[in-house]
This record gives sequence, C-alpha cells and structure tokens, in this order.
Amino acid sequence: MSIRDSLRDSQRDALNDRSRSRRIFRRRVLLAALIALIVFSVLIWRAAFLQVDRHAHFSELAEKNRIRTLVIPPERGRIFDDGGRVVAGNIATFQAQITPEDATNLKNELAILQDVLSLDADTLHDLRERIRFGRSFDPVLVKSDLTPYEKAKLAQLQPWLPGVEIVSSLKRVYPYSHLLAHVVGYVGRINVADLKRINPDLYQGTQYIGKSGIERQYEDLLHGTPGHKEVEVDALGRVVKVLHITPAIPGKDIHLTLDVPLQGIAAAALGTYSGAVVVEDPRTGAIKAMVSRPSFDPNLFVDGISRKNYQALLNDPERPLYDRAITATYPPGSTIKPVMGLAGLQYGLLDPNKKFFAGPYFQIPGDSHHYRDWRKWGHGWVNLDQAITQSCDVYFYDLAYRMGIDKLHDFLTEFGLGEKTGIDLPGESSGLVPSRAWKRKTKGQGWYPGETVIAGIGQGYMLSTVLQLAQTASILAESGKRHRPWLVKNNEEKEPPIELKSPSFWQDVRHGMLDVVNSPHGTARRIAAPYLIAGKTGTAQVFTVAQNAQYNAKELAKKLHDHAVFIAFAPYDDPKIAVAVLAEHGGSGSGTTAPMARKVMDYYLGYQPSQTVKPEFVQHGD
Amino acid sequence: MGIKDHRGRPRTPDRLDSATGLAGRQDALRVPGQLFGVLRRIRYDPVLLFFLMLIAAIGLVAGYSASEQSVVWVEKSAFRFALAFLLMLVIAQIPQRVFFAVAPWLFVSVVLMLVAVWLVGDIGKGARRWLDLGFIRFQPAEMLKIGMPMMLAWFLAKRPLPPRFLDVVVALTLLAVPTVLIVMQPDLGTAILVMMAGLFVLFFAGLSWYYVLAFVAAVSAAAPLMWFYVMHDYQKERVLTLFNPMADPLGAGYHTIQSMIAIGSGGIWGKGWLQGTQSHLNFLPEGTTDFILAVYAEEFGLMGLIILFSLYLAVIWRGLYIAAYAESVAGRLLAAAISMTFLVYVFVNAGMVIGILPVVGVPLPLMSYGGTALVTIMIALGMLMSIRTQRSFLGHER
Repeated sequence: MSIRDSLRDSQRDALNDRSRSRRIFRRRVLLAALIALIVFSVLIWRAAFLQVDRHAHFSELAEKNRIRTLVIPPERGRIFDDGGRVVAGNIATFQAQITPEDATNLKNELAILQDVLSLDADTLHDLRERIRFGRSFDPVLVKSDLTPYEKAKLAQLQPWLPGVEIVSSLKRVYPYSHLLAHVVGYVGRINVADLKRINPDLYQGTQYIGKSGIERQYEDLLHGTPGHKEVEVDALGRVVKVLHITPAIPGKDIHLTLDVPLQGIAAAALGTYSGAVVVEDPRTGAIKAMVSRPSFDPNLFVDGISRKNYQALLNDPERPLYDRAITATYPPGSTIKPVMGLAGLQYGLLDPNKKFFAGPYFQIPGDSHHYRDWRKWGHGWVNLDQAITQSCDVYFYDLAYRMGIDKLHDFLTEFGLGEKTGIDLPGESSGLVPSRAWKRKTKGQGWYPGETVIAGIGQGYMLSTVLQLAQTASILAESGKRHRPWLVKNNEEKEPPIELKSPSFWQDVRHGMLDVVNSPHGTARRIAAPYLIAGKTGTAQVFTVAQNAQYNAKELAKKLHDHAVFIAFAPYDDPKIAVAVLAEHGGSGSGTTAPMARKVMDYYLGYQPSQTVKPEFVQHGD
Repeated sequence: MGIKDHRGRPRTPDRLDSATGLAGRQDALRVPGQLFGVLRRIRYDPVLLFFLMLIAAIGLVAGYSASEQSVVWVEKSAFRFALAFLLMLVIAQIPQRVFFAVAPWLFVSVVLMLVAVWLVGDIGKGARRWLDLGFIRFQPAEMLKIGMPMMLAWFLAKRPLPPRFLDVVVALTLLAVPTVLIVMQPDLGTAILVMMAGLFVLFFAGLSWYYVLAFVAAVSAAAPLMWFYVMHDYQKERVLTLFNPMADPLGAGYHTIQSMIAIGSGGIWGKGWLQGTQSHLNFLPEGTTDFILAVYAEEFGLMGLIILFSLYLAVIWRGLYIAAYAESVAGRLLAAAISMTFLVYVFVNAGMVIGILPVVGVPLPLMSYGGTALVTIMIALGMLMSIRTQRSFLGHER
C-alpha cells in the first residue's frame, strides 16, 4: 500500500467521520433543545409553586414587611370645677430633637445645641451615644420642656441646624397645684402595677395613667381610645407613605362639683393646721369643697417625681400625701352626740324634755371608775337640748350605758358610720363603729361596759373620716334624707332615708345643734351669724387623760393637743351647706374649727361679714 | 457565479455600480437607496436580534421600576444596551475564521494573565480576581467564558470527530488548567461557567456517552471533596442557606427569603408595573442587578415569567438552530456551546432568584444592569450571528 493510498484511505475515513460526527452533532443539538425546554419548565413549575400554591403565604409576608401600625395616643380629658375652671389640663410642651441623617454637619450642630440649650457634658455625651446607636432616620431627643427663649433661639438658628426640629407634646398640668392635690389626684408614668390592671391595647403609646384621686377614679373616661396610623415602611423601617388613619378618640372632660374659690377659702380657713375640711350640699350630696392639709404639688409626679422630692414627701412628719378628708380616720368626739341623741329617742331611752342631773362624773353602778365630764363641776339639770348645746358628757355616758353597745352599733351603722360613704374617689376609709363581734375578732376580748360609756361621746375605738362627719351633718340637716356624696356623677340610686319612729325626733336634735351656735350657753356661740347656723363642736382625744389627772392644754406639747372637730349646716330652716372641719392638734372645736366653718359658710351663702367675727374667750372644752 | 449577498440572492449591480453621472431627482432617490444597500450588507440574524431586543426592552421596563423610576437610570441603561447591540453587530461582521485564528493566542495570553493574577492580582471583595494594567482593571477570568469554547472548538475541529481518547485528554487539560487557576482566586462561579462552556464543546463534538456518564459520576463523587477541600465557608453557607433560608432570615437567608416573598406575592398576574412593594421599599436588595427577575416577577406575575422565559428559550433554540445549520465544524461547536452557556446563565440566575440554587453573582443576560457580563454576552451573541451569516465561506476545514 502506497503512501498515497493510505492517505486516500484516511481521507475517506475522515469524510465518513465527518458525516458521522455531523449526525451525532445534530442529535445532540436536539437533545440540548430538549434540555433547554426542560430547564425552563422546571423554572416555571417552581415559579408557579411560589406564585400560585403559596401566593397567599407570600402575600401575607409582603404585607407584613410593608405595613406597620403606629399608635396615635388619645388626648386625656380635662377636669373642670363647678365654675368651669380647668383644674387638670393639658399643655403643649416643646422639645428639641435631631434627626442624624438630615444633619449636614452633625458635629457642628451639636456644638451649637450645646451652647444654646446649655447642655452639660454628661447630657452631651449621652446624646452622642444615642445618636451613634440609634437608627439614622429616627429623631433623637435633645432636650424637653424648652423655655420660650430656647425655642426662639433654635428657630432663629434654624438655617444652621438642618435636621433639628422642635416638636410639641401634651403634658398634664394642675394649675391649682397644692389646692386640689388630694381630690383631683395626679397622673404618672405607667408602672408594673398599673400594667396588671389595664388593657395594654388601650394604653399603647400612652405615657400617663391616673394614679390617685379623680384622675384614677375616672381613668377610663379620661383616657380615651388610641387611634392608629397604618403606614408603609421600607426595609429600614422608614415611613414611606401613610395608608390609613383611625383618629384617636380623646378622653371625656370631667366636671367636678368642687368650687375652686370655696376650696381656696376652706384651705385658707384651715390656716397652718394639718387637717381637713369637707363641704357638702346636703340637698344633693354634691361635694363642694374637700381640703386636706398639708398638701403637695401634683405637678411633680407627672413626668416621674425625682427620688429626692419623693423622699422629702414621704419623710415629712406631717405626711402631706395622706388624704385627711377621706383616708385618715379620727375619733369623732362630741360631734357624735346628736346622733346618739337620735338613737336614744328612737329606742325610747330618752324623753327630750325630761331633765337629767349631770354631775361632774358618771359611774357605772358597782364600779368605782369616774367617767368625768369636760366641765369639772358638771352641768347640773339638763334636758336633751341643753345636753347637746353644752355638750354634756355625763348625759351621753348615761345614755350610752343604758343603750348598750349592740343597739348603739346598730343605730350608728344605720346612720352610715363605720361604712364607706361610697364617694367616687379611691382610697376611702370606712371608719369604725365598734361592736362586740368586732372586738372579739380583732382583739380577742370580750366587750367591757366602760367601752360603751366612752363610745357614747365618740371616743374609744370609734373612728370616722371627715367626709363621714360632713355626711352626718348633711343627714341631720335634711332630717334623715340621704344622698351619697359625689364629685362627678350624681348617683341616681338614692340611699333610703333614715326613718325614725317620730319625725319630731329630728327636730329635737337639730334644735339642740342650733342652740350650740345660737344660745348663750352654746359651745360655738361666738360664730353666731345673721343666718342660722346649726353645729356641733367636738374634740378628738389624741391620748387618754389619766385618771384624776388634770388636762392642761398649755403644758402639753402641740403634738399631744386634741384634734378639734366641728360639724355644721346652714341655714337652719333650709339647709344649703353642710360642713365638717377637723384641725389636728387644734385644741377645741369651739375655739379653732368653728370659726373656720363660719368662714366657709359665709362665703358659700354669699354673706359678707361687715366686721370680722370678734374673738371671744370661750372656755375650753366641749 | 455572480455576486451574491449573504442570503445567497444575486446582488443588483446596476444600483451599486452606477454611482456616477446622475443628477436631480434620481440623485435624491439614490442616497436612501445606497443607504439601504449598505444596511443590507450588514450581517445579522433578524430572528435572534428580534428576541434579544424584546428581552432588553423588558429589562428596561423592569429596571425603570427597580431603580425607583429613575429616568436617568433608564437612559444610562438604554445607552449601554445600544452600545452592547452595536458591539454585537460589529462582532457579527467579523468572519468567523478570525475568531479561530485568534483563539489560541487569546487562550494562552489569558492563562498567562491568570497566572499573573494569581501572583500579583488586585484584591477586591476578599478575592484576588482583578488585574490592573494601569489603564484598565479587569478580570481575565471573564474573557475565558468565551475564550474557552473558542479554544476548544478550534482545537477539536482540527481533529477527527468524535474525538479520540488522546484528544479528549488534551482538551480536558486545556480546560483544567485555567479552571483550577480561577478556582484558586477564588471565584467558583466563574470557574464553573468556564468549565461548563468547555464541556459543552466536548459534548457537542460527540464525546462518547461513556465519557459523559463517567464525568457525571466523577462530579457526583467530587462534590463531597469539593465541599471539604475547595469551597470556602461563605460558599458553603450559601448552599446551606438554600435548604433552610429561615435559619438566618436577616443574614445569609435574607436575599433568598425576600426574593421568594417578592415572587410569591406577585401571584399569577402580578401586582402591576411600578406596584411591587418588595422592591420599591428596598426589601429586595440588588433589584436592578442580580435580582431584577424578582422585581419583574413581583410586578408581572407568573404570566410575565412565562413570557420572559419563552423569549429566552426562543433565543437558545435559535442559537441551537444556527449551530445545527452552521457549515464549519468549529463554528457549529462554538454556536452550540454559546447557546448552552446562555442557558446556564439564565438558569443559574433564575434558579437563585426563585430559591432553588445558591446565591451566586451570575447576572441575568440582557436584564441585569452590569458592564463586564453584558459585554461578554454580546460578544458571544455577535459570534453566533457571525456564524449564522457567513456559512458559505471556505473555512480552514470543510
């Protein structure tokens, strides 16, 4: 085989190869086309799985990605007094904030802010940290509660402060500060305890919650309902578009029965004494004034009270946070005597006209203990009217002894003592009317007859709040008709009136009270006014005078002085006002608290005394 | 045999040759006539061009939305596309023998450059991929995406086909050397694409099915070895993320999750143009580049995807058709390999966006906004057109 032949062979082979390789190539191209089709089918099958089968799932995720709901906190309802004065309002406060991403020269701007707002080094350091760790588009608070000067200065420097904004927010204020602190109460930051009793949905975005007083009692009304803003956000959480707004429903405004000027008069009348004044309209039960002294500034609590201020309030020996009108309880003292008189008449133990010889002391038969009268030499022959007028202790010792503790307890309880009045305020105390059962339960002892005797003049275990005393005065004023005391809502459900065997019993006791002020022997005769006041003085003993010891007020430290109490209503014929005043360590009701009540009644009834009430020596004691 | 145009029809010599001595109205008619003639002499494949332009148009429409309705972006992008199409047409005018004449020189120089990169390359994004020549900074590996199939087509076309054992060994060596160099950069994505392009040439050259099966078996066996010895942690993480994107929803899984949310929430008909929330609110990263398909799928839904994928399939099928009717062996091998590489690009990108492949930086041809990749693809498509339109020349083997 020549080389040429072999070359030809190889060329033939090559030709064969070429056509064979072309066949193979075409087959493989067809296969590749098929593969391409399969690849795209797989892609579309997968896309269909995502877009059809799982469409709902991914749509939800996309929406969740996209939409955020922001809360619009509601504006808190305001509180007004009877005359339409704002006693709790909302004012705009201004704060400066900076949005780091909008600031062109952050360092420079911080320097300006430091200068204008006089920020100290710590605050500035803190601000820098917050800017560093925050999201660049979230505003960072620079300073709150801007003064008008700072606000104006920032506005003026606006061109040099891009990214700095002044925004307003609402802050709770109590314009009358101390005057209404206990009644109106205050709001504060929501704490863990609050979180347990509130519906968190309603409090989204809310800073404040009522902590005491009306603010707490009517929290639900005052708070309102938050609104919502649905916004579209981008991947960084930045708001891109507002989609939908449900506006917040502002809280309801509340109108109190309280009258601020009257409250002011009452507080002024109390002077420097710690104590309480409650003024009630006996015809409706509306509370017209309710003072507790000493007081505090509720504005301190709004933005979180500083530790120092709070400690000062807590450690104050006078305990200004303590509500002396409804929370504190005191022995009612002689102010209980009219009610005791009613009980005696009701049980048939007294004849209003029958004279009783009241010596200097009372003795339980078979017992040597002397229950002494406040007047060393006694009152001699007195009837019920005179016993009330002169506040004769022995008369009521005898009455209580004959009545016994069970009947005494029943009647006083019927009268509403020893139970909460049901006023629309939190923190009311029930006071105490002792009974055998009560003593057995709390002291584990039986009842002693001597305890009945002193209960007859409102001493011993007996305790009541000043509000209860005002309520007692109201019931006496209305001859048994009762209204639950209220500040905001008149409770339509009337309390049943106290029915006595004879309506004349009321008159007997009320006349005694009239004589307390208007007879020459009355313990409160020096407050006699051109209109007819009926009242009853009282002294709440702080300590028990030892047997046979002389009570010398002057020698005792002020701390040990008795609490002075006075209840009254006026005018006698057509009562429009009932007052209870208690001055801690005030000494005597006649000397201290009766003139205070007079001032309040003068103002309330529109009487202008042409001259101040003449101070007149009144013998101590009631 | 008279002068024929590229479609084999006789030219009209009277029009082309009588460029003198005419005046007035005839002259006015002649200028457009001449222009028309010049245009007719431009070599291109109208079918391929039509589908490519449709895809590019869709890319601009989706990109306008993804770029937050930036007209500037659209202008820049349209300008790039115009340049890219121009480049494609320029390449299409080059006779294919030139490609194969250049192929070995290109191949050798790129391999040398890869060695240079390995020694002195610039580090970008934690990998040594770039070569800085002072005036230009580029990735040599990118050039091999075309250079590799060109080289192997040139090499195999000179051998008897189907390739003999020794030729296969030489071809595989040619394939392996640059691939290993690219893996060392490390740039696994490009290495795989380069390797795939080369393997397609071998496949279309008629590599015996035994070899093909052996190769598949080898890849299966090598996969665990790759996992432990070749792949880097970030690459492993991407693969693991694919199987459980929720394991790290804000980290490695973020792209995949947000992309799947975008596509899934699009539904059958989509949210409508410019209405996609995922992309407009920036939940979807890289909306104009690697993840543009997710933007498109969110706004145009499954129907939009079917249309787009049909266009890509049309392009690939047209490429395979061109390969099937190419007259030179090297040309048909190159054309088929380019078509299938195009398929790989689309599949890898779409698979990533749709959540069936790991996140790798492979752009979607003609949709993603990106320079180098677009140039590479358009050069390849230009070669495809060149192969289509110059089938009757006497190549170096026939």
